[in-house]
Amino acid sequence: MPPVLVLVEHEDGVTKKVTFEMLTKARDLGDPVAVFVGEGLEAAREGLARHGATAVYAAGGDHRLSGPLTGALAAAADRAEPAAVLVAATPLAKDAGARLAARKGWGMLADIVDLDGDLVATQNVFGGATTVRARVRTGTPVLAVKPNSFPVEEAPAEPELVDLEVAEAQEPVRVTDRVVQEEGGRPDVAEAEIVVSGGRGLQDPSNFALVEALADTLGAAVGASRAAVDAGWYPHQHQVGQTGKTVSPQLYVAVGISGAIQHRAGMQTSKTIVAVNKDADAPIFAISDFGVVGDLFKVIPRLTDEVAKRKG
Amino acid sequence: MKILVTVKRVPDTAAEKRLDPADKTLDRESVETILNPVDEYAVEEALRLKEQHGGEVVVLCMGPASALATVRKALSMGPDAAVHVHDDALHGSCAFNTAKVLQAAVRQVEPDIVVCGSESTDARTSLVPSALAEYLGWPGLTGAKQLEVDGSTIRVHRETENGYDVLEAEGPAVVSVVKGINEPRYPSFKGIMAAKSKPVTDYTLADLGVDPGEVGTAGATTEVVDFAPRPPRQAGQQVKDPGDGSAAVELAEFLAGHKFI
Repeated sequence: MPPVLVLVEHEDGVTKKVTFEMLTKARDLGDPVAVFVGEGLEAAREGLARHGATAVYAAGGDHRLSGPLTGALAAAADRAEPAAVLVAATPLAKDAGARLAARKGWGMLADIVDLDGDLVATQNVFGGATTVRARVRTGTPVLAVKPNSFPVEEAPAEPELVDLEVAEAQEPVRVTDRVVQEEGGRPDVAEAEIVVSGGRGLQDPSNFALVEALADTLGAAVGASRAAVDAGWYPHQHQVGQTGKTVSPQLYVAVGISGAIQHRAGMQTSKTIVAVNKDADAPIFAISDFGVVGDLFKVIPRLTDEVAKRKG
Repeated sequence: MKILVTVKRVPDTAAEKRLDPADKTLDRESVETILNPVDEYAVEEALRLKEQHGGEVVVLCMGPASALATVRKALSMGPDAAVHVHDDALHGSCAFNTAKVLQAAVRQVEPDIVVCGSESTDARTSLVPSALAEYLGWPGLTGAKQLEVDGSTIRVHRETENGYDVLEAEGPAVVSVVKGINEPRYPSFKGIMAAKSKPVTDYTLADLGVDPGEVGTAGATTEVVDFAPRPPRQAGQQVKDPGDGSAAVELAEFLAGHKFI
């Protein structure tokens, strides 16, 4: 079986779920080889082995910069001659994937949601209105995989550990500071399995607390509509929609969001959609699996209690 | 300093977009087109750099002859001049072709910094700024939500999951900026009138020394195999809350039935 490279998404060795999704998928295509950059390999190793990595290639460098990621992927590709390179469809990994493809003269497909054995990839384009199947014509395919696209299945392996030799080029970009603005704990909106989003129906920024409380009870990420973000109610990195993030979680809960076309374009590929809105004619209801027409200030706190109760 | 800002003509955000069945590229003739909304932030950022450091702002657009309207729209915000790369052979170019052509144009203009929007609202790949930096061999500072230039040092704040990283590099560099980095100015009437007479330099592939076989549909590194409209979602169950929030119980029941709780 040909090797398939998987760039590990992690924070100090805490591996993100999308990596396990990619390792699971990579087993259909060949031998999954994990490419790990930065600190924390010891912590990450067991999880990579449990999800079927036949080898782990490790390189030093700052995994927050696309330069070291690109260098490691290029060195790994030289060594393994892979059939494909999988990276997560996160901004940083796409940055590294694009630079790898440009460096090698290969092609790359962004934001894929499915992949067949012939490396034909499926993408949802135009805000999820059209499904495209595409392939790379030139060189080794570099494929950026949307989180939540593939199930995770364990398949324990005993990976060979390989220290990658990456040419010591001076990294032209340096990180001079890292600022954490929000308490951690909630998943990233682009990666979460459940997203609870708030819109203008919340009426006031302080009412995002209702959305956050429901999100925390469900273990969900918090999203926001463009209108809410533009009004300054919630930070931009949470914006879901055509000019924000496109998400396709297992469950999307729209709270006080009418569902303008730009918003629907960012979330209509979610597996299940539920909406709470007082306007029975809100377009969000046309794409919702379950809609509640009602006052969110009454419904959402009650829903949070109900979920908490059932979760025990 | 010389600031180059890339812009793209895209279908209107609200327009229904479709692929041309003949060559499986985006049908750009059937819809209203606009300046890529994310590029407005890039233009604004370029103008702010000029206001702080002096110099000039040059707009770079790769797109068909009809994209001149998009170039003029960008110029109406205040840049000094534009470069428009158009050539029939460019039709169907992939992100990497595009970055290659932009690279050749950047080398003609020789800017101190290239400012790009982080993605276009049509294809949304966000691959072009990274590939452009790689082809140029310049530092790439992507996803900037703040940008400042201090002598030859270019510093950005790049959004992370829960905050931001401060990144620095020595110019020239390629920077991509995200929506929300600033408040793009509206073109004034004076700006719109002035844009009509600002210099726009036209380049063909021959002018840039790019082999037509390397770009466009012929040189695309990727190809569409097939495509289909996604079946529209159907509205499911709907309940009307009697006013006391008790519909939440039914919603919780639905969520439990689907194993979310």
